[in-house]
Amino acid sequence: MSTQTSSVARVEPTAQRVALRCVGLVKRFADVTAVDGLDLEVFTGECFGLLGPNGAGKTTTVEILEGLTPSDQGTVELLGQHWTRGDDRALRERIGVQLQETQLAEKVTVVETLRLFRSFYQRGHNVDEVIRTVALEEKRNARVGKLSGGQKQRLAVACALVSDPELLFLDEPTTGLDPQARLSLWDIVEKFRAGGGTILLTTHYMEEATRLCDRVAIMDHGKMIALGTPAELIESLGADQIIEFSVTQELAENPLTQLPAVNHLHKRGEVYALTVSEIGVALPALLAEIKRQQSELVTLTTHQATLEDVFVSLTGRMLRDG
Amino acid sequence: MDEAKETLVHEAKDWRGSDKPQSLHPLFELTATRLREFTREREAVFWVFVFPVLMTFALGIAFRNTAPDKTLVAIEGNASDAKVSETANGLSRSSDIAVTVLSPNDAAQALRSGKVSIVVRPENDSFTYRFDPTRPESHTARLLVDDALQKGKGRADVVNVGEEKVTEPGARYVDFLVPGLIGMNLMGSGLWGLGFTVVIARSRKILKRFAATPMRRSHYLLSFMLSRLVFLVLQVAAIIVFAWLVFGYTVRGSWLSVTLMTMLGGFAFSGLGLLVASRPKTIEGVSGLMNFIMLPMWLLSGTFFSSERFPHLLQPFIQALPLTALNNGLRALMNEGTSLSSNMIPIVILLAWCLVSFVVALKIFRWQ
Repeated sequence: MSTQTSSVARVEPTAQRVALRCVGLVKRFADVTAVDGLDLEVFTGECFGLLGPNGAGKTTTVEILEGLTPSDQGTVELLGQHWTRGDDRALRERIGVQLQETQLAEKVTVVETLRLFRSFYQRGHNVDEVIRTVALEEKRNARVGKLSGGQKQRLAVACALVSDPELLFLDEPTTGLDPQARLSLWDIVEKFRAGGGTILLTTHYMEEATRLCDRVAIMDHGKMIALGTPAELIESLGADQIIEFSVTQELAENPLTQLPAVNHLHKRGEVYALTVSEIGVALPALLAEIKRQQSELVTLTTHQATLEDVFVSLTGRMLRDG
Repeated sequence: MDEAKETLVHEAKDWRGSDKPQSLHPLFELTATRLREFTREREAVFWVFVFPVLMTFALGIAFRNTAPDKTLVAIEGNASDAKVSETANGLSRSSDIAVTVLSPNDAAQALRSGKVSIVVRPENDSFTYRFDPTRPESHTARLLVDDALQKGKGRADVVNVGEEKVTEPGARYVDFLVPGLIGMNLMGSGLWGLGFTVVIARSRKILKRFAATPMRRSHYLLSFMLSRLVFLVLQVAAIIVFAWLVFGYTVRGSWLSVTLMTMLGGFAFSGLGLLVASRPKTIEGVSGLMNFIMLPMWLLSGTFFSSERFPHLLQPFIQALPLTALNNGLRALMNEGTSLSSNMIPIVILLAWCLVSFVVALKIFRWQ
């Protein structure tokens, strides 16, 4: 949105080149419009994040971009080419794909799996080097069925990397992984990006998007509802702190929004969330107001605003509520 | 790759590699993966190799024809009765007859349950034969018993006859059975083996993942046919060697032509397996479809008895079935020792099944 217009004005030569662009993408399934008029631009060399809850249309979008699912409307341009539904092998040579739900054959070993994927491509990496990249040297000859969740996911990413792709699609690469496994996957993604690769990543973890992505598009109900760098999006809240609290007696909401340095009030169940620009000003005022309304604090926490708060303020829902 | 990328590559050089080829042609790698998956699955190995051998053994034993079995005859009455024992002695002199003496009730029961083929009831100066004329062995039994009894009472042969007994290897039931079992086995392993593997790969989204690579789709399907070929040789050899060791089965035709016919059959059923597996998303779905396709062939295609026994009206349909063609072709080559060129009909039928099913499967294959 605002970034799209500003990107035209930008003159850095590297950021100008578009690796992936889609315009007016629409995909309907029987009873639901999964993607509803989506425009995206991913620049060469950047890591672009599609952030949104489950069912926001992220996977459908990615699979359309990967040429696996035909769209009902709209155009996709990838590395200057289009999917033809015919012979797309030349284009497939240039992209790497990790699908959300693929379970690779369990009886085959890590190195055998990678050799198989490597054989599909004209050019690419040495299989053992990719194994080193994803830190699976010790599991080189282990069967896929014996790998942990994190190791399986690293292998799935390795299968996408083995062709040395220009553009890498990662669909929820760390969903269901423990923090340690997530960190090691992030390392792999960052290495790929450092090597000049372009990444389109979907996630519903805000910290993942914040850490990895240069720019983030927030999706909900098949539409893009915000676009920008993580910092820009958080800034757009006009706040850098969130105060969350609950009280014994329900509060009148109007006086709360009138408090100094408070930008926004959001109530979810018993919990009030105040978006504030200066916590030093807002917090004493809030405590006084609670007292004035003859209620008492039960819980109170504050944190730096995150992409999660951006999503909540835009949709009224948490990312993980789905 | 462009220069901008190359400079960035430089920084992360430690993990970027050369283009030294580590894997071979995709068709080779796909086939090797198939073989690995199969050989590492113990159950699959059992069903493909051990089961058919066990089946050959069981059926071969059940239907073995050693010296022709004696005809079982019951004499109704009491063993202490002079007339009964005299009749029993008379019949026992015939080498083709085994006699038991049973009470009327037991005799009736034995006849009903097929333990004896005929019941002889001695009366004052005559005999009564009780038998079921629709049972072929009862018919034979009647002739044998009658002959023995009449001779015992002094009937003389009018003309001298000589006998030449011929038991040709290749004409026994087990000889009929072995090519049929090979055919049935090729059908089963082609359909089950491929059908399940493909549908499992689809449900695990492996097919979708492959579709996202530049892999040629025909390579994927061909790899199934090639991997089947490897097993097929072993599988058929297992049955033939076993039948040779245990039943003295011999292949009369040339090994080359038998191998070619077997391969053709293997390809036809691999194609059919791919076709069956080209759409279903679940194991249940593909199982139903496979049973629907295999059941008629189990019954009609002449594995256990000749398909010629079915009504004339059904014959064009039966003869066009791939298993009928394969069984007929294998029997002609293995048992009659005919040449490939005299078996063009089964060859053409199998080729047609092979090509049509492969091409249609490739066309309608669901990758996700």
